[in-house]
Amino acid sequence: MIPALGLLIGLAAGIFLHPTVPLALQPYLPIAVIAALDAVFGGLRAVLDGIFNDKVFVVSFLSNVVVAAFIVFLGDQLGVGSQLSTGVVVVLGIRIFSNVASIRRHLFRA
Amino acid sequence: MSQTDPPPTPSARKRLALMARPRATKANALAGLLFLLLGFAVATQIHQNQTLGLETLRQADLVDILDNTTLQSARLDQSARQLQATRDQLVSGSTSGDAALKAAQERLDALGILAGTARAHGPGTRITITDPGGKVSYPVLLDAVQELRDAGAEAIQVNNVRIVASSYFGPDASGIQIDGRSVSQPYTIAAIGDPATMSSAMEIPGGLSENVRQLGATINIAQEQELTVGALHPLSEPRYARPVPPSAPTTP
Repeated sequence: MIPALGLLIGLAAGIFLHPTVPLALQPYLPIAVIAALDAVFGGLRAVLDGIFNDKVFVVSFLSNVVVAAFIVFLGDQLGVGSQLSTGVVVVLGIRIFSNVASIRRHLFRA
Repeated sequence: MSQTDPPPTPSARKRLALMARPRATKANALAGLLFLLLGFAVATQIHQNQTLGLETLRQADLVDILDNTTLQSARLDQSARQLQATRDQLVSGSTSGDAALKAAQERLDALGILAGTARAHGPGTRITITDPGGKVSYPVLLDAVQELRDAGAEAIQVNNVRIVASSYFGPDASGIQIDGRSVSQPYTIAAIGDPATMSSAMEIPGGLSENVRQLGATINIAQEQELTVGALHPLSEPRYARPVPPSAPTTP
């Protein structure tokens, strides 16, 4: 409940405040968002599996974001930033899909 | 992953509902904060993506866009050049049309004055011959006209008859006829041209003035700055002569 409220408030704030992303953060923000979404769906699946843990969720959320951003940063430093970004997005996308499939099975039994 | 999923349990939804209840734990508040940040980041990123078009595109796409833009720019350049050429043509066409019209009008005026079909005005000389004895005959007037032409007269009128290239002088029952029209005394010759030149041409020894005086008539020569030759020569269509088209070769 509280996280859902937080999400809505954050969305509203982002829509109405029109913040500009600092130039230094621009390559990392999309990847960080994808990583956070992965953590969210992972958490939802854990809830449905009955193995959810608040601490695990918070840590996995933060570590996902940081690691994803770090990988992109590393890729930028090595000159393969865009390729590595694509790789990270593919991997996270696969994880999101499998998590969503699991959630679907729990909720709809299908 | 999906293969190791536990079988769906009836309590899954219950667990979700349980989890969705607000719980005042530190971890839950932290999760709420994280979700707030996530929502903020998502909205920001979407907004960023909508406002900035080119920065997020790949190099190949950028090259494509650049190529397309270059092509379009070349096409637009070409069409702009064509339109400019058309515009230049139209502008010069209208100005040359104006110039041609003006030239034609000037030509018409000059020819009209020459042919006696247009009234003319300007500086000139007015010569009045009073001949009480009736001694002044048509050759005298013809001499006067020739003398005036030599002196550069551009338009001449005797009484109310316009003198043109085809004008002829002859005797009449009552005196003199010009172009078949009777001319009576006093003879008034209006000539447009340089007044001083024409006046001095009349006064030369053995010239018009002397001849007229020898015949016992009086002559009065007046230089005028503004003189009107108002008589018109009736235009007659030539019966035999036809103009040669300008493009035809001219034979000597």
